[in-house]
Amino acid sequence: MRYFPHTSEDIAAMLKVVGADTLNDLFSTIPEDCRRKEGLSLPEAMTEWDLNRHMRELSRDMAVCPDYKIYLGAGSYEHYIPASVSYLLERSEFSTAYTPYQPEISQGTLQAMYEYQTLVTRLLGLDVANASMYDGASALAEAFKMSFNIKRKKKRVAISGLVNPLYRRVVETYFAPTEYRVVALPYCKNGTTDLSAIGEIEELAAVAVQSPNFFGCIEDLQSAAEAAHKKDALFIACFTEPLAYGLLKDPGCQGADIACGEGQSFGIPQSFGGPGLGMFAVKTDYVRKMPGRLVGRTRDVDGKEGFVLTLATREQHIRREKATSNICSNQGLCALTAAMYLAATGGVGIRDLAGLNRDKTEYLKERLGEAGLKVAFEAPTFNEFVVAFPESFAAKHEELIEKKIVAGLPLVSYYPELAHHYLLCVTETKTRDDLDALVAEITS
Amino acid sequence: MKNVQGTTGLIFNEPLLWEKGKKGRCGFSLPVRDVKKYPLDKQFKGDGPDFPDLSEVDVVRHFTRLSQWNYGVDSGMYPLGSCTMKYNPKCNEKQANLDGFAGAHPLLPSRLSQGALRMMYELERLLAEITGLDAVSLQPAAGAHGELAGMLIFSACHRSRGSLRSKILIPDTAHGTNPSSSALCGFHPVPVTSGGNGILTPESISEGMDEETAGIMITNPNTLGLFEENIREIARIVHSKGGLVYVDGANMNAVMGMVSMGDIGVDAMHLNLHKTFSTPHGGGGPGSGPVCVAKFLEPFLPVPRIVKEEGGYSLSYDFQDTVGKLHAFHGNFGVLVRAYSYILTMGENLKKASQLAVLNANYIKERLKDVFHLPYDRPCMHECVFTDKKQQAVKIATLDVAKRLMDYGFHPPTIYFPLVVHGALMIEPTETESREDIDLLIDTLKTIAEEAEEAPERLHEAPTAPKVRRMDETAAARTPCLAG
Repeated sequence: MRYFPHTSEDIAAMLKVVGADTLNDLFSTIPEDCRRKEGLSLPEAMTEWDLNRHMRELSRDMAVCPDYKIYLGAGSYEHYIPASVSYLLERSEFSTAYTPYQPEISQGTLQAMYEYQTLVTRLLGLDVANASMYDGASALAEAFKMSFNIKRKKKRVAISGLVNPLYRRVVETYFAPTEYRVVALPYCKNGTTDLSAIGEIEELAAVAVQSPNFFGCIEDLQSAAEAAHKKDALFIACFTEPLAYGLLKDPGCQGADIACGEGQSFGIPQSFGGPGLGMFAVKTDYVRKMPGRLVGRTRDVDGKEGFVLTLATREQHIRREKATSNICSNQGLCALTAAMYLAATGGVGIRDLAGLNRDKTEYLKERLGEAGLKVAFEAPTFNEFVVAFPESFAAKHEELIEKKIVAGLPLVSYYPELAHHYLLCVTETKTRDDLDALVAEITS
Repeated sequence: MKNVQGTTGLIFNEPLLWEKGKKGRCGFSLPVRDVKKYPLDKQFKGDGPDFPDLSEVDVVRHFTRLSQWNYGVDSGMYPLGSCTMKYNPKCNEKQANLDGFAGAHPLLPSRLSQGALRMMYELERLLAEITGLDAVSLQPAAGAHGELAGMLIFSACHRSRGSLRSKILIPDTAHGTNPSSSALCGFHPVPVTSGGNGILTPESISEGMDEETAGIMITNPNTLGLFEENIREIARIVHSKGGLVYVDGANMNAVMGMVSMGDIGVDAMHLNLHKTFSTPHGGGGPGSGPVCVAKFLEPFLPVPRIVKEEGGYSLSYDFQDTVGKLHAFHGNFGVLVRAYSYILTMGENLKKASQLAVLNANYIKERLKDVFHLPYDRPCMHECVFTDKKQQAVKIATLDVAKRLMDYGFHPPTIYFPLVVHGALMIEPTETESREDIDLLIDTLKTIAEEAEEAPERLHEAPTAPKVRRMDETAAARTPCLAG
């Protein structure tokens, strides 16, 4: 086995030092009745050649671009990843390092995390960002948990019905065994959250609204924040497509206390849904209640500038059951990817890219409208929107798959009232020709 | 010492990203704009984030220079106890980056994602075989997330039996995540003290276990690197009171092919794919923490589950007793691909991996126990725990030894953990370190122990070779500077 450096002479010599005759003797402290009776029943070890062949075969049994034109978003977005980012990620000094508990030999990871935290605060308009959570959904659940810790006596939170339904399911799962309750807010005809119910909910610790929401519509975060604050509740702005904030007003300037969501769009492959990047940012007031690792700037004994993990007294390895969260391993390498990606786009690039995403989406919307199809919700959107297709579209959707086009996500399993409604997503990866071809196929 | 692997070389100072930028640069290639601009109401439009603008060369040099300030498994030995920093095979990286995997949308219809579903289904079966348990969910994104899944499952199982239980037993040797994860599910952790030899006694479990206790969370092998030899009896006691047994499988690298967790009374456990199954740790993550359960707990596993039927694999939400969902999609799929590749390339060699990991640890223990105090002098599993007791006489602490190791070109072991050992120095070499490299670590630690006697200032002042020396962590926490 090429990963084992031991020769048989090494093993014999080492066993002698240890005072054991065989490798099995090393396990003498495991009682006989705890020993495994039969060997592992695993497939015969593959050579690298066989593995390559096997994995290539599996990976070919998948529908991906450029063979397929895929108009799916809903929390996972197809964006181009610059060659420079993929290349830099192969620096194994980053990828094969552990959590930077020993700062002297982890300054690379630490400075990069500090830069990531800073870029996130600037993107979201808040004061402090952590060094990542698992994904957008768990970040939202943690934001609610944090809200209960801040608003000690309150037992309820409100969540917009237009927060990604998969995120809502995760939030429900986190709180199912607890005394806390999650109340869903309905949506308005125009495709945005109906905030009118917020005033009625008692014991409200927080309100969460996603923007752009699951229908792709841009929410009025300012009004949502005001409604939450009127109830002495925290306002959480959540997102699945952070690229939108290259163009839109950031959550912080609209009154968000916490902004959290998924950062996969920033240079991270879709990879069947993970690993992604849970982004999490708060106002300074709440920093000691926030979950996750934080990197801070400090000096060494010679006065030289550097970075360390800090405020660890919030975390599980110090506070145990009283910790702000149980999170330990996070998505560090994905946060690093996002930092590299945002360094590549810069301020100018991210704005242009966000604009291009929206304009291509508007182009498709316009063309579909011209073809007589109905965009379901009239609120402005970013790079996704819902189309109310005629009943016959289900067959067409199947037919298009045969032509290697996935024309959006059917919404009926998430919103039973939205039969024949599909969520379509357009990013910079689609050309006008692609979009014209899609319209031609849909209307043919 | 003749043979010192650490030296100094040319590395670069590098400012923060935003100290480098200049308006007018861009390091990103946008596609040609082939559609017109559509106006957006100013109610929604922002000014755009204040990011620095850099050229591609600036970005590449910036992160390359940063990487040179880091130490990874590919740089050298990383004997970090409890973390299983084994070599991360490169061919597994290649598989995760295949277009069909890296480019796959998680909500593709099942018939367009058969390759990914088959891989996940097979990985579940492989992990079930390795743990001796019956069913697996790959959704948890890290070890602590797996623990949370396990505790949610325990909570749901007790509820389904109409039994309300508020407590959970947690030994003093547990990872900090254990009490924290159980508290998230509303369980109150009840600490259990390990016996004098570092092993849990059945008596202490009998004392703590009652019908208000949901079960026990036990790390086996434990954080002292010792096998909990009373596990069968402990499980019997817990089960007799209607409780359930959870194992934190962070230390599975010691017992693959040697112990079947399902056969010794374990009801649920998680694995850390980024430890035992060789996926890189990424400087903090992403990890993956699949949860494995016995048959009777299968109905509670997170959804969607992967179902194999005639005609192929599909995802099903149709499990009414499920705890729900822990991740927006299917967990850290890219990490799963790497672990699957690893298991396929290893096959039955997984058992050999555990044997060699245990051999390496015991070899270190034997060769260093005269130099450093060994609180539990008995055969260890994959890691061994020393203390600074002998060095305290010359006012040298574990921290000083750890920092001095850096000057010699090693990553330090885990220090001050487990908490039950004062001044702990926890060494886990893993199976992928050669005898020569281990000998070098041993010689280096012996040299450091001599220095402690003869030139203690070298340890107090260490490290001197890395880019920065000891950092002022107190100042960092007192006046946090968390963004620039």
